Amino acid sequence: MNSIILRAGTRALSGLLLLFSVYMLLRGHNEPGGGFIGGLIGATGFVLYAIAIGPAEARTALRAQPQNIAAVGLGIALLSGLAAALFGDAFFTGQWLFLGATETDKGLPLSTVLVFDIGVYLVVFGSVLTLAFAMEEEI
Amino acid sequence: MGAAASTGGKASAGWIGLAPAALSAALFVWFASLAPSIADGETLRVAWSWAPSLGVSLSFLVDGLSLTFALLISGIGALVFLYSNTYLAGHPQFGRFALFLTAFMLAMLGLVLADNLIALFVFWELTTVTSYLLIGFGHETAKGRRSALQALFVTGAGALALLAGFILLGFTAGSFELSEILAQGDALKDHALYLPILILILAGAFTKSAQFPFHFWLPNAMAAPTPVSAFLHSATMVKAGVYLMARLHPGFSGTDAWLWTLTVAGAFTAVFASLMALRQTDLKQALAYTTLMALGTLTLLLGQDSGYAMTAFATFLIVHSLYKASLFLMVGCIDHATGTREAGLLGGLARAMPVTCFAAALAALSMAGFPPFLGFIGKELKYAGALAVGSEPILVAGAMLAANALMFAVAGVVAFKPFWRPAGGPLPHAPHEAPWPMLAGPVLLAVLGAVFGLYPDLLQRTLVDPTVASLLGTTEDAKTLQLWAGVNLPLILSVATVALGLALYLAHGPIRAALARAVEAAPGFDAGWDRFLDGLKAFAAWQTRLIQTGVLRTYIFATFATVLVGLAGTMAAKGVWPAAPDLSLANWRTVALVALIVAGALLTAVTTSRIAAMASLGVVGIGVAMIFITFGAPDVAITQLLVETLVVVLAAVALLRLPVLDKPGERDRRPRDAVLALGVGAVVTAILLLVLETPLDRRLTDFFETASWPEAYGRNIVNVILVDFRALDTFGEVAVVMIAGLAAYALLRTTAERRETTAEKGEGK
Repeated sequence: MNSIILRAGTRALSGLLLLFSVYMLLRGHNEPGGGFIGGLIGATGFVLYAIAIGPAEARTALRAQPQNIAAVGLGIALLSGLAAALFGDAFFTGQWLFLGATETDKGLPLSTVLVFDIGVYLVVFGSVLTLAFAMEEEI
Repeated sequence: MGAAASTGGKASAGWIGLAPAALSAALFVWFASLAPSIADGETLRVAWSWAPSLGVSLSFLVDGLSLTFALLISGIGALVFLYSNTYLAGHPQFGRFALFLTAFMLAMLGLVLADNLIALFVFWELTTVTSYLLIGFGHETAKGRRSALQALFVTGAGALALLAGFILLGFTAGSFELSEILAQGDALKDHALYLPILILILAGAFTKSAQFPFHFWLPNAMAAPTPVSAFLHSATMVKAGVYLMARLHPGFSGTDAWLWTLTVAGAFTAVFASLMALRQTDLKQALAYTTLMALGTLTLLLGQDSGYAMTAFATFLIVHSLYKASLFLMVGCIDHATGTREAGLLGGLARAMPVTCFAAALAALSMAGFPPFLGFIGKELKYAGALAVGSEPILVAGAMLAANALMFAVAGVVAFKPFWRPAGGPLPHAPHEAPWPMLAGPVLLAVLGAVFGLYPDLLQRTLVDPTVASLLGTTEDAKTLQLWAGVNLPLILSVATVALGLALYLAHGPIRAALARAVEAAPGFDAGWDRFLDGLKAFAAWQTRLIQTGVLRTYIFATFATVLVGLAGTMAAKGVWPAAPDLSLANWRTVALVALIVAGALLTAVTTSRIAAMASLGVVGIGVAMIFITFGAPDVAITQLLVETLVVVLAAVALLRLPVLDKPGERDRRPRDAVLALGVGAVVTAILLLVLETPLDRRLTDFFETASWPEAYGRNIVNVILVDFRALDTFGEVAVVMIAGLAAYALLRTTAERRETTAEKGEGK
């Protein structure tokens, strides 16, 4: 599709979509959002890029193969579940660390649950792009 | 034998071939060390639980019967391994061969020692698979592949019946342990399911032991290397069916069904196979058919109950294993030395191959049933056992007389003629004596046949009596093995056998020609097998063409039609219909959204533009997402919106390649599709309404609402469920997402590549 307006708009929009996807991923635990939604939004950014500018350019911009990203995501999700074994808990029991927590403030919460959500994000992101790029190159 | 011819100077394959030989020998020694206590009437049982909830355990029982088999398997196994080490030396795939053969031997040992039906079945199938690999060892030839597949199909099909029979038997008897089942005595024979169980189990045993009419795979299995034939197709695997019948003998025998099935199948197989044996000109094929004869005889004997028949079974089992393995290995030596196995060509080998000749003579005399060999004792006992048959002694003894006389003639053809008669033509190689590792087996086995014949008491105490005890529960009825029992009917029959056999041997040329003509005229089982397979393939092709049209529309129509019929049919059968829905929650917003959805759906259905259809379908999806928002499910709504967007974008990309909707003549499909769509919609709506009629169970909702923050530190319950409470489910789902993505990618790549290749070919023209 050769539209200068779409091309110009896309350069800004896809970046914003990516940023927004990370925001949705991180806020997911307390507000609407999460890894699945984040991954879909992130993928939308690159799908838009591929439509406006071209699949080959989108691949270059992504740097990694989307199927590899999905595989890495699945690995991360698996590891986050296995991590519970280090603490003697059952598979996929969430492990939490509250950085700088005080009596009144819980500080910065870090958890294997977040790691798992990042894995989900990467799987969805990578899988959708695997499909989308292949379809667009097919045309 | 291409494998043997390519020996290439190496005398042996080294440790990789000797290790299994050592293993077998060690096992043999261990089993032999158990013999004294088993002979005293003890049994040894070990068990590990495997799947206790299913009554499956890995239990092993050593008694007289299983010990006899275990000794034959490990003992002959050791000699065969030693033999193959030289026979196949230098073969590029020798390691594979040694692995298969070792795996086979262990599976076979497991089979005869297993005390649990399911464990026995697993080992049974392991022998099927390993024997498939061994028969197909020469997989470069079409014949080798066909023979291997045929053996696999026939025995595999029988094994399926066997499994069904075992399961029925296990549930009928209330236990899967053979020792417990057989301890129940006659209860089984009176059970209503006795006959179905018997038929299923015999189907397994008859296919494995190649009883008529399942006999045809065994001669073809001779495509395997000769040591394999000696091991699998004479001494061990084909006897698995016989073993099973013997194992079940205490619980199953004595009924008319058992007696007549085994007697008739066994007798017919024995006579038919010995006639076929005489017809063969290939020594190995002739031996293959004599194996069939032996299996038939063993089956026939197992049909009976008398002490004579059981003693004859135990003795002939051992006799046959000894002489048949010896003869097979001897034929391998001849093949190795001369390059041919054709009876017509071979002759005058006695001078060049004296040791082979010696072994062959001993083994053949045992096979022909001359005193003082064990074969003679075996033959006397067979006659005594046949005469002790209550119902039809003349028929049984007559069948045995015919089979034994033919056996005598075949022994002459296989082991006398090649050594002592003049050669029929030039041999491919000048004959030379085989090296000692190849002679050890045949000589040792043949000598054992003579030793046991001279000292039958040795065999009686250690193996025959304990085996009879396993079959009859007591050794009281076991008959004494003796060379001279006085002038009695069996001896007279023996003399008649020799006379008739000699006549058959002298006339075997004309007989063979007559048989060959008869066989050519009669429809062959082997050709029938090919026709059966062709028919199966044609049927598969026909039903694939019928069902797999390749038209996506047809598939979708069929899928939804099935859903409609299934759901509506169930509702009609159960007589449940939803009450009128409660519309009190409806307000102008929901009504507007529903109107939007319906409009989108209608436009999708009637438009002739694909892009319009896609976009209006998107409207439907977005309308649904809005409903989710209205009812307070923002996560679901966001996901729905995103998925809808992506689907529309991707579909739009794909649409560029698709033709216009509704080519002329296709439009008349729409009324049909509309009816189906309305039907599916109505049924799904009815089901949703029915679901809503049941009161909402709030237990899970309450739990997640209260536990989400204190236990998982999250306020978004949906996400907390996804990533914490039910993280394992989510993991499975994302794995599916990834697999789906990869599968679609692979599909698209394949199509793209195919198009490129076609394009290149087009340019080439």
